[in-house]
Amino acid sequence: MLTFLLRKLALLVPTFLGVTIITFALVHLIPGDPVAIMAGERGIDPERHAQLLHELGLDRPIWQQYFDFLWRLLHGDLGRSLVTHNSVFDEFLALFPATLELSICAMVFALVLGIPLGVLAGVKRGSIIDHTVMGTALTGYSMPIFWWGLLLIIFFSGVLGWTPVSGRLSSMFWIETPTGFMLIDTLLSKEPGAFVDAIRHLILPSIVLGTIPLAVIARMTRSSILEVLGEDYIRTARAKGLAPFRVIAVHALRNAMIPVTTVIGLQVGVLFAGAILTETIFSWPGVGKWLIDSVSRRDYPSLQGGILLIATLVMLVNLTVDLLYGLINPRIRHNR
Amino acid sequence: MTQLSSQPPAAASETAEATTLPAATSHPLIELWHAFRENHAALAGLIIILLIFVAAIGADFIAPHAPTEQFRDYVLVPPFWQEGGSIRFLLGTDDVGRDILSRIIYGARLSMLIGLIVVSLSLVTGVLLGLLAGFLRGVVETVIMRLMDIMLAIPSLLLAVVVVAVLGPGLFNAMLAIAVVYLPHYVRLTRGSVISERDRDYVIASRLAGAGLFRLMFITVLPNCLAPLIVQATLGFSNAVLDAAALGFLGLGAQPPTPEWGSMLADARQYVLDAWWVVTFPGLAILITVLAFNIMGDGLRDALDPKLKR
Repeated sequence: MLTFLLRKLALLVPTFLGVTIITFALVHLIPGDPVAIMAGERGIDPERHAQLLHELGLDRPIWQQYFDFLWRLLHGDLGRSLVTHNSVFDEFLALFPATLELSICAMVFALVLGIPLGVLAGVKRGSIIDHTVMGTALTGYSMPIFWWGLLLIIFFSGVLGWTPVSGRLSSMFWIETPTGFMLIDTLLSKEPGAFVDAIRHLILPSIVLGTIPLAVIARMTRSSILEVLGEDYIRTARAKGLAPFRVIAVHALRNAMIPVTTVIGLQVGVLFAGAILTETIFSWPGVGKWLIDSVSRRDYPSLQGGILLIATLVMLVNLTVDLLYGLINPRIRHNR
Repeated sequence: MTQLSSQPPAAASETAEATTLPAATSHPLIELWHAFRENHAALAGLIIILLIFVAAIGADFIAPHAPTEQFRDYVLVPPFWQEGGSIRFLLGTDDVGRDILSRIIYGARLSMLIGLIVVSLSLVTGVLLGLLAGFLRGVVETVIMRLMDIMLAIPSLLLAVVVVAVLGPGLFNAMLAIAVVYLPHYVRLTRGSVISERDRDYVIASRLAGAGLFRLMFITVLPNCLAPLIVQATLGFSNAVLDAAALGFLGLGAQPPTPEWGSMLADARQYVLDAWWVVTFPGLAILITVLAFNIMGDGLRDALDPKLKR
C-alpha cells in the first residue's frame, strides 16, 4: 500500500510542475506586459516603466523568472491581485468556502438522486422506468447548465416565488462569517430564519451544478449494477432465499459502487467547471465567478493563482479517489 | 482465387438480403448502418442532426428575417400563440426587436460550423499526436502523454477560459480554445488503439514487406483505430457546441450582435423574469442539438462495439 501511495505521489510531481509551467506561461503569453496592464489606459512614462519592470523582476531571463515563481509558490506566495492588491492566496481562501459549500450540496443532490435512480433503472432493465430514467439522464447530461439555471429561476423564483434569484443570504440578515460556510455561520449566528434563508439560496444553484454529475452517476450506477447482477454470488444470494431488496442493497450495490466512486472523483473537475457558470448565473460569490471577473478585469495574477490552485485541488482529489479505490477494492491494492 | 471461392453464392444480392446473411459478407459500413438502424432513438438523433444541418445551410432561405434586423416597433413581442404575439415573429422578438426564430436558425449555422471546425482541429491534431506517441514510443511518447495528463488536470471549461484569456475573447479564439481542451481525449484514444494494433500480425507483415513509418501509421493501422474515434468525434461535436455556447454566455466567445446561441442567452439574462421566450428558445436549441449528437454518439458506440452486438 505504501509503495502504491508513493508511486501515485511521484506521478503527481511532473503533472504539478507542468501545470505551473502552463500557468506561468499564461501571464507571459499575454500581449503587453503586466506593468502596462497595471498602468491601464493612462499610460506610463518609459523610465518608470523600466523601474517597475525591474522591481517586479520582469527584466530578468525567463527561466529565472520561472524559478522565482516556483520558489515563491512553494512558500505559499501566489502574488498579488492587480486590482485589489490583496494576496491572491488570501482572496482564494476567502471565496473558496462558498464554492466548496455549493459543490458539496450539488454532489449530495447528485448522489442522493443518482444512485437510487441508477439502481432502479438497472434492476428494472428494459422497463418504462429504465427508459425514463436513462432518457432523463441523457437530457441532463446534454443540458447547457447556464440555461437550465435561468429556466429554474423563471419558474421557481419568477412564477412561484419560492426561491431567491441570487446571492448566498438575503440582505436583511447581517451575520459574522467565521467559517465562510453559510449553513454553519447562520446556525452559529442564532439569527432566527437565517439558516432557512441560506438553504433557500442554496437550492437552485445546487440543482443546477448537480445536474450533470447526477446524470453521469445515474448512468454509471445503472451499468455497474447490470454488470454485478450477472455475477455468481448474486445468484447464490438469491438462491439462498434472501429478500430481493437485501440482495440489491447489500450484495450488489456494494460491489457496484466501486466504479461509481471513480466517476464521482472525476466529477470534481466537472463541478469546478460548472461552478464558473453556476456562480455567474446566481451571482454566487465564489471562486468561479472570481475567475471570470479576473479575466474581464485582466487581473492575470489572480487568474494564474486561481487556475493553479484549482488544478492542484483536482489532482489531489483524483489521487484520493485512487487511494480510496484501493481501500474499497482490495483486489487491486497490491498488484498495481 | 481463394477470395472467389470463399464468397458465398448469395453475395450478389447482398443489399437485399443483408439482414439474413452472415455478417461477414456485407460491407462494414452497411453492417454498421443495419446495427445503427435498429436503435430508433439514435436514428431520431441522426434525423434531427440532418434537419439542423439543412437549417444551417439554408438559413438565408428559411429564416423569415435577417438575424440582426431590428424592428424597433416590435420590442419584446411574445411568441405568436401568446396574447400580443404576432404571426410575423413566430417565437417573438428580443429586447431590440430582432426576430428570435431567425436568430436561432442563423445560430444553427454558427454552431454547426463551430462543431465542424473544433472536431476537425482536435481530431486531426489528436490523431497525429496519438499515432506518433504510439509508434515512436520513448521520449516522444512520454512528453506527449505527460502533456495530455497536465491538460486533463485542468477542468475543461477553465482551460478554455485560460486559452481565451491569452488569445482574447472572440468566436475564433473560443473555437481554438475548445479544440485544445478536447485534444487529450483523441490523443489517448488513438495511442491506446495503436498500441493494441501495433504488434498484430498484419502490421508486422506490412512492416516486413517494407512499409515505411508513414504507410504503417496512416494506411495500415489508422483505419483499424477509427471506430472509437468516430464515436468520440460525434460526442466531441456536442461538447464543442455546448462549450462554445458556455463561452459565449460568459462573454468570452462570439461577441454581439452575432446570432450565437450562448451569447443570445447572455443578452437575455436581464429579461429572465419579464420575457421567458427570450431565454427559453436559444437554450432549447442548444439542448436539442447537444442531445441529438449525444444520442447518435451512443447509438454509434453500440453499433460499433462488437461486445454489445449480440
